[in-house]
Amino acid sequence: MADLNLTIDGKQITVKPGSTVLDACKQAGIYIPTLCFHPDLTPYGACRLCIVEIEKMRGLPTACSTPVTEGMIVKTDTDQIKNFRRGVLELILTEHPHPCLTCWRRERCGPYDICLRNVDVTLRCVLCPKNKICELQEVTDFIGIDKVEFPYVYRNIPIDHENTSFERDYNLCIKCGRCIRVCQEIRGAAAIAWTMRGSEALPGTAFGISLKEADCQYCGACVDACPTGALMERDRRWEGEKEKQVLTTCPYCGVGCQLNLAIKDGKIMESVPARENDVNRGQACVKGRFGIKEVVHSPERLTTPLIKRNGKFEKATWDEALSLVSSKLGSYAKDATAVLSSAKTTNEDNYVAQKFTRVVLGNNNIDHCARLCHAPTVTGLAATFGSGAMTNSIREIGNAKCVFAIGTNTSESHPVIALEIKKAVDKGGKLIVGNPRGIRLTNFSDIWLRHAPGSDVPLLLGMCKVIVDEGLEDKEFINSRCENFDDLIGSLKNVKLDEVEKITGVPQETIKKAARMYATNKPATILYTMGITQHTTGTDNVMAIAYLAMLTGNLGKPSSGVNPLRGQNNVQGACDMGALPNVYPAYQSVTDAANKSKFEAAWGVKLSDKTGLTVTEMMDAAHEGKIKAMYIIGENPPISEPDANHAVAALRKLDFLVVQDIFMTETAQEADVVLPATTFAEKVGTFTNTERRVQMVRKAVEAVGESKPDWQITSLLAQKMGVKGFDYQNASEIMTEINQLAPSYGGITHARLETGGLQWPCPNADHPGTPILHTNQFTRGKGRFMPLTYKPPAELPDAAYPLTLTTGRSLYQYHTGTMTRKVKGLNDLLPENLAEINPADAAKLNVQNGEMVKVSSRRGHINAKVKITDVSPVGVVYMNFHFAESAANILTIAAIDPVAKIPEFKVCAIKIEKI
Amino acid sequence: MRERILPILQKHARQRESLIPVLQEVQAELGYLPPEAITEIAQFLGISRSDIYGVASFYAQFRFEKQGKYAVRVCQGTACHVRGGKRVLGEVVYQLGIEPKHTSPDFKYSLETAACFGACALAPVMVVDKTVYGRMTTTQVKKVLSQYP
Ligand code: SF4
Ligand code: SF4
Ligand code: SF4
Ligand code: FES
Ligand code: FES
Repeated sequence: MADLNLTIDGKQITVKPGSTVLDACKQAGIYIPTLCFHPDLTPYGACRLCIVEIEKMRGLPTACSTPVTEGMIVKTDTDQIKNFRRGVLELILTEHPHPCLTCWRRERCGPYDICLRNVDVTLRCVLCPKNKICELQEVTDFIGIDKVEFPYVYRNIPIDHENTSFERDYNLCIKCGRCIRVCQEIRGAAAIAWTMRGSEALPGTAFGISLKEADCQYCGACVDACPTGALMERDRRWEGEKEKQVLTTCPYCGVGCQLNLAIKDGKIMESVPARENDVNRGQACVKGRFGIKEVVHSPERLTTPLIKRNGKFEKATWDEALSLVSSKLGSYAKDATAVLSSAKTTNEDNYVAQKFTRVVLGNNNIDHCARLCHAPTVTGLAATFGSGAMTNSIREIGNAKCVFAIGTNTSESHPVIALEIKKAVDKGGKLIVGNPRGIRLTNFSDIWLRHAPGSDVPLLLGMCKVIVDEGLEDKEFINSRCENFDDLIGSLKNVKLDEVEKITGVPQETIKKAARMYATNKPATILYTMGITQHTTGTDNVMAIAYLAMLTGNLGKPSSGVNPLRGQNNVQGACDMGALPNVYPAYQSVTDAANKSKFEAAWGVKLSDKTGLTVTEMMDAAHEGKIKAMYIIGENPPISEPDANHAVAALRKLDFLVVQDIFMTETAQEADVVLPATTFAEKVGTFTNTERRVQMVRKAVEAVGESKPDWQITSLLAQKMGVKGFDYQNASEIMTEINQLAPSYGGITHARLETGGLQWPCPNADHPGTPILHTNQFTRGKGRFMPLTYKPPAELPDAAYPLTLTTGRSLYQYHTGTMTRKVKGLNDLLPENLAEINPADAAKLNVQNGEMVKVSSRRGHINAKVKITDVSPVGVVYMNFHFAESAANILTIAAIDPVAKIPEFKVCAIKIEKI
Repeated sequence: MRERILPILQKHARQRESLIPVLQEVQAELGYLPPEAITEIAQFLGISRSDIYGVASFYAQFRFEKQGKYAVRVCQGTACHVRGGKRVLGEVVYQLGIEPKHTSPDFKYSLETAACFGACALAPVMVVDKTVYGRMTTTQVKKVLSQYP
């Protein structure tokens, strides 16, 4: 479609087709007052402040909802318009406190000045938290109102203080509906809605119940949408205007939302999601929105190095601490040391950590907790496609014709990606959910496959079989892009749908329907997370998913693909940077001689070609006394590892342990030396989000106490140990070194990232980045099918341990809780661990809701409160793993996937007893 | 409660369009829409409770409280208003001890206001169940109510 021309107040303007008159006015630099308009929402046309005159149109159309047509002639400034707007605004103001709005002194009036007009405090703008950033003030100032003719009645509604994140004061509500629309249209939560009608209408919940009961996600989208002071972040209420704002990347999950941190007096006041980007586009979740400042400014932060003497930590100087660590680490045999790096720290931090391991310690014993979540993705997808990352981008999901979300509780663990799923469904796309548990997504799914935990391979092969039997496969794609198709056909021979029904518990007919739906609605995208990977058959599960996509040609095209959603904020980056025992940065194998000599030349030392130990192997080796010293950066194995008692015992066996973290974690308690690191808000660097997008992390506030960025601590340590090549002045120098050594990061420089993220592979400075992988051919050439058979989980329920335990995480807490459990608002939302069980099981055990029970497996036991819910299927118990005092990972089994070596967190046998 | 609602739900498609008919049928069955019913409907239709409550509270026909044995309605339309409808309502509120849109604790009376019964000639008007009482005065209120023990 051609661009459109129009005239506004005599000015000629050309706009893109689809623009509204309001867009055109903005483009022309003409201010139009608006209240119900919000750029992310569909036009509402309710407040009628944005009216304009348009030649040949009757009445006064609203600019926000009128599309531009060719040759339009618009006037925005006539007397008729001014009078109308004034009338409308006066009516709005009869329901909003306005003495200050109409007072000429407002600009100069301070909160404690005596009001000459004797205005009641509750009605004064200067005492409103939104003062000077309020859209109603802006609009009133523009329209110019000096008095309101009609009487004003204070609504006298009590302020809602019920949640600790934000407050609701509906006395200030102007009924623009933005909060409701964002909650329904974008978040899909509909926690609030218009209630009552006429003059009594107000945003509210069913029967006025609390937001928590109304299934509010506490995302804060309504707070950000509200033009007045009606909805305000609680701690921010009296802080006034910000001094500056810093754009950075959220540290809480793999989505990598862009957040604007508002700063005043060297502290973070609030973090508001940024709109201009391709990741979160103005949205975030409770953790990024409300969970940041309390963590960064927590009084519990580590501020100085600590050395343990006689079992007690004592403050030390950096020099003392580093000297001690350097002399200790230098004193062991080459293979007796190991490093755990972190998926929460930056790429630069991880790069330096792995270089330290390889260059200074001389071995490849480096790993991080990706092992515990997505190692099977790397192994499974590397075998089939040649590279183990999300094939497509987040923003494409919204255009998919079919979304198959299996083993992912997207709304809880990747909230902003769940919004894309909702978008796809709103546009008429189909949604298939594969999950044993009832989750938010199942509320609007077309098909819910409630398969038994650990039965993913039979389910997926069953779907493949239906597709092949019914001739729904993409033969062209299979012939030209894939190889060894016969291997899959061979495997499918052994698949009998009635057996699949028995193993999975999903009726054959439903499997057939799902297979047809996935195969015939293209493009179709598959999303998965830990529900697929955390199994002894994790690699098989991932391959089965890959086969389903290859079979239907759903790869290399927009809105299609196989999309593992990475959990932690920089787990993708930590893998890319080579914080893994078998590869250098960018997945260059350490056993390959050419790679080895490349890195030897770059780093100027001899390197080891022996694959190092994985996390789980390190713990075993420590237990056996083979590993004597460990350097743990930002990881907390006693909570995150399977069979947690074993991990603690292993750490205690170590001769020397140095831990680098922001808080005194359970791991740090066991350390000989603790080194204080900075949080993401106090340093510069990059995170790589789940869609391979490298984004800047910018320094917003000064480092707390003597804490230092992780890369700097590791570099200082290397220097102390007399090793060259660690004299980096800043993070961007490290990135320059990465550019030279990691081909897929070749063109990703800090300078380029200043203007927005880049998706790898991005081999050179002119490359625009790669949103979609495998477009013309797979990374490994052809997509490979391999034979696949069903293997049951390592531990199935039996007479002694009759229930299946499955673990996961919640929207409100993050990982081992080191960070989020410092945030009051988040703890209020989910204060303790619950064992969620089906009513039928509860009846059998004779336990009540809220009762404390003993949950035990063959490895240990914990106490937890019972929550009875039919979200859990019969025979399955669900627990979160964030809580140190009732750590679910004491129960889980350390049985591992033979290829990816990931532990089976998702299935183990347990029993529940009354206490 | 569930057993009474489920058969109604199962007659309808799981889509937003079913909401109003479902609300009407559930109210016909239960006499009102208690929170548990809204929750059941929400789960069935995949619409949030607040959303459903919002829709239901928009229409005067839906009630959220159990209804009393007798429905007392007092007109507040223009004609009744100028003839003292407000005083009549005040007296009814005083006699029954409940505000409009509420039900007495013994579930005998539910009080509502109305905006014209089309009997303006008799203003002010009050209606109990289906019987119209015209030219009401405050003193008559007690007499009328006493006929509904
Ligand atoms: S916080 Fe989010 S979910 Fe809750 S009411 Fe606001 S927009 Fe809706
Ligand atoms: S609370 Fe705020 S956003 Fe919601 S309707 Fe009122 S003024 Fe608008
Ligand atoms: S935790 Fe994830 S979804 Fe939430 S704001 Fe941060 S990046 Fe976004
Ligand atoms: S902004 Fe256009 S009608 Fe409200
Ligand atoms: S106004 Fe009361 S009956 Fe018409």
